[in-house]
Amino acid sequence: MPLEAYLILSALLFTIGVVGVLIRRNAIIIFMCIELMLNAANLAFVAISRSLGEASGQVFVIFVMAVAAAEVAIGLAIIVSVFKHRQTINVDEVNSLKG
Amino acid sequence: MNPEQILFILFGAVSLIGAIAVISFRHPIYSALSLIVTFFAQAGLFVLLGAHFVAAVQVIVYAGAIMVLFLFVIMLLNLGTLSAKGAMSRKLKGFAVILGILLAIEGVYIAVNAINDPAVASAETATESVNTTTYNIGELLFNEYLLPFEVTSLILLAALIGVIVLVKRGNQEEN
Repeated sequence: MPLEAYLILSALLFTIGVVGVLIRRNAIIIFMCIELMLNAANLAFVAISRSLGEASGQVFVIFVMAVAAAEVAIGLAIIVSVFKHRQTINVDEVNSLKG
Repeated sequence: MNPEQILFILFGAVSLIGAIAVISFRHPIYSALSLIVTFFAQAGLFVLLGAHFVAAVQVIVYAGAIMVLFLFVIMLLNLGTLSAKGAMSRKLKGFAVILGILLAIEGVYIAVNAINDPAVASAETATESVNTTTYNIGELLFNEYLLPFEVTSLILLAALIGVIVLVKRGNQEEN
């Protein structure tokens, strides 16, 4: 398959992630959409790595995955502690920094 | 059509449908399960691109570890009843979707035009040989990218400590 096909698919997946962040108010689903966007970026990395015949792109994908894992762990811990305080994870209702 | 094209269309369609399902299901559990489907389809795309190691890591780290964490938190918080009242107004949703379509058009435009860029095109034809095996990744990771690799372990350590502190403080306040 040509490189364009993979890049277009990656752009579409990224857009779906962006739209998800915009239209959903559930913090966990917003997190999932961020994961979707990271994955779309990974797909573009691997596709370009293949077309250039370079393994560096795949090394970056591994770094992105490590950062994503750390981000999810921290984010979900924050969501759990916000839920303990406010009994909601709707991002429109959680709008003040003060506990 | 050769098998590679058929598989690309299959995996691409599954990942797109899964992604749309993630943002359209009301219940977070269904969204999480759709996200797992998307991750698996993307692992298939990585295999098609010859990146077998990345595909394996995708399944183990994303579809395995990260999604289990998501499902755990969703079940722990018992969120099924909460998601219904957090709906947005229809007008704002339509506006967001229009912005999204514009972004998609921009993305596709850039993707198509980046290939026509002479710098990228010459690089593409210059190296046709595929040297992106697991061996090459390991070689790069432990030579050229050794410092970033070690910094990654610090990031994971920071995340570990951060999570413990966050959850522990929450418990103390409760008592």
